[in-house]
Amino acid sequence: MSEARFAVGIDLGTTHSALAAVELESEQGHPEVFAVPQLVARASVEARALLPSFVYFAHESEGALSLPWDKDRTFAVGEFARSRGVESPVRLVSSAKSWLSHTGIDRRAPVLPIGAPDDVERISPVEASWRYLDHLAEAWQHERGTDAPLPEQEVVLTVPASFDAAARDLTVEAAYAAGFENVTLLEEPQAALYAWIESAGESWRSQLSPGDVVLVVDIGGGTTDFSAITCVEREGSLELYRIAVGDHILLGGDNMDLALAHTVKQKLAEAGAELDRWQLGALSHACRAAKEKLLGDPDATAVPVVLPSRGSQLLGGSIRSELTREEVERVIVEGFFPVVEANAKPARRARSALTQLGLPYAADPGVTRHLADFLTRHAGATHQLDGARAQGGSLLRPTWVLFNGGVVKAPALRERVISTLNAWLEADAAAPARVLPGEDPDLAVARGAAYYALVRRGRGLRIRGGTARAYYVGIESPMPAVPGIEPPINALCVAPFGLEEGSEVELPEHQLGVVVGEPVSFRFFGSSVRRDDQAGTELERWAPGELEELSPIEITLPAEGRREGDVVPVKLGARVTPVGTLLLEAVPIEPLKNDERWKIELSVRA
Amino acid sequence: MTETALPFGARFSLAFAAFFAVLFDGAFAAQVQKLKSGAPELPPAPEPEPEPEPAPVKEERNLEPALQLLSLLQREGRLVDFLQQDIVDFSDADVGAAARVVHDGCAKALGAHAKLEPLRSENEGARVTLEAGFNAAAVKLTGNVSGKPPFSGVLRHRGWRAASIELAELVGEYDATVLAPAEVEL
Repeated sequence: MSEARFAVGIDLGTTHSALAAVELESEQGHPEVFAVPQLVARASVEARALLPSFVYFAHESEGALSLPWDKDRTFAVGEFARSRGVESPVRLVSSAKSWLSHTGIDRRAPVLPIGAPDDVERISPVEASWRYLDHLAEAWQHERGTDAPLPEQEVVLTVPASFDAAARDLTVEAAYAAGFENVTLLEEPQAALYAWIESAGESWRSQLSPGDVVLVVDIGGGTTDFSAITCVEREGSLELYRIAVGDHILLGGDNMDLALAHTVKQKLAEAGAELDRWQLGALSHACRAAKEKLLGDPDATAVPVVLPSRGSQLLGGSIRSELTREEVERVIVEGFFPVVEANAKPARRARSALTQLGLPYAADPGVTRHLADFLTRHAGATHQLDGARAQGGSLLRPTWVLFNGGVVKAPALRERVISTLNAWLEADAAAPARVLPGEDPDLAVARGAAYYALVRRGRGLRIRGGTARAYYVGIESPMPAVPGIEPPINALCVAPFGLEEGSEVELPEHQLGVVVGEPVSFRFFGSSVRRDDQAGTELERWAPGELEELSPIEITLPAEGRREGDVVPVKLGARVTPVGTLLLEAVPIEPLKNDERWKIELSVRA
Repeated sequence: MTETALPFGARFSLAFAAFFAVLFDGAFAAQVQKLKSGAPELPPAPEPEPEPEPAPVKEERNLEPALQLLSLLQREGRLVDFLQQDIVDFSDADVGAAARVVHDGCAKALGAHAKLEPLRSENEGARVTLEAGFNAAAVKLTGNVSGKPPFSGVLRHRGWRAASIELAELVGEYDATVLAPAEVEL
């Protein structure tokens, strides 16, 4: 392996991926976005800044989907995959990243494309992620030659702040499968803030002062992600701490475009025009353009929406309608960004016993309700932080807002978020928040991630914060069996909130018995709001919504040196690896050799 | 190759000469037979004289980029569909709706692949002066075109220049003449 020459940031997004790089040795270099060669139409390859995160598996009749570096390829990644997939959806893998964080499925099992016929190749959510990374590596080599292969560079991969420990693990697993040797994870909202710091240069220190709280509102094509980062002063210098992350909300620009498409479809139906699935897809596309125009131009009152006919006769067969300002304001601004009170709670989907195989889309489309919930749940986020100014009040009070993601390019939506937030702050007797001027919201995460690789080398200030959740193992509490009643579960904290890279905790008192040679699984929970639990804290009860059940964890003790079937008492330990993943370990109370410990597998299966 | 028709007098004397030539010259008769049945044959070419230098061969033009551009504008903006349809009988509203589809898609595709810029920075309608040695390929004189530069006139059109154009790299097997494949839904 050769020495890394580049710091590389990869934004592995739900709908689009992007890559930025900067030479490690350059003094004043800024991360530059790498235009990714990809198939954009049959036999046509173009380099584009965004790589749509889609895989399309060609039917045998289609022949090869050749790339300059592989003539015989039978699948496509990128723009052609996305557009071809609209025409043939059963062969398209999309939103793999949402599946990667779906605790209801085995994320290593070949389940994508969902509902594909038998003759279509299927891949797991993990494999989809490595195919995107693989494409980036091949494209990089094609453009830059073999002297600095991408997998050997210092690569920072971004993940949603709301990704749990297992989803982070699986992302790293995908990177290793794609041959990446030197990866580090970074939360996307942090990457967006790093991009801002990078572009502001040293002047950022004069803009942020101790006590400031930056709220990052990241609304992409498929997901909405909130994080709060605070600025503290320690020993005379500024430090940044990520103090809170929101839940994983599957709600984004695609939902908004679809909502508008249904509005127009309704209007067309009243006029007697029926649309098929293909036309609804085209309508959704047309509505996105109309929405951007209406939300970006305060003078526009209506934008025509034309659905071209599918046949070669463009006139006569096309369907014409329009989208009015009133409709966009009602459906998008009021529907997705309603003015609500600070104590608003998003509607939660009732858990049904029979869940269909599908993505757990947010039950409540109100982004502002999710934001209100985030801020009130994290009202005390600054209390425990050494050096931070404790805020009073009923909600976490941002002083700055940094927008990221394609949706918030629309000025009207940014204004609605700010005005709603500032109304809450005013009611809470706090100063209004201001907007940090952001980078290009589609590419900031990749740029910020590349900059973070330089920061790790000591070239800038690092945002601290550690794990975004506390983690708990479910332990059955000892009680006599009662027929029909499930024994209650106690939650044993194995990793506290904010466990930082390189630090390690062990649970001295709680001993668990593990059977040699047999996999033993435990229920596993996470909490993004319980900040004060220490490793070893055992909870008998908790407030609804405080703990979220994750995929179970599993320990398998190898039989070496022990008899199969023996019960070995172990204690649990947790640490954060340099990569940025959580490592849970079982340490035997009576080790047979020095430093004996076994890795506990996260996310075994649904 | 077109040939000018002969005047009647010339044709009359040629007909007589031909009459006797056909009658008495078997080879000539065979040539006329072929001519009459519609397959004219050129006289056998004389033996080519050995040339010291080969004559410059006119290179066949590569039309692939042109086909590719048409295919792109059809794919993104349905341009070929629009131009191939007879629009005479449609209302302006119909043509307008179609024009939006074409304009939206083609403008986006053009913007992503080509950089076009006006040749003149002055406003149209402004008076401009052309000094001697102006680029005649980039400025066309119209109206009372006479005399010697400097010319003074009114800018009627700013002109366009393609500053750059970049089309996709073509890879693998393809038929560039297929501007848009037929579609069959299963």
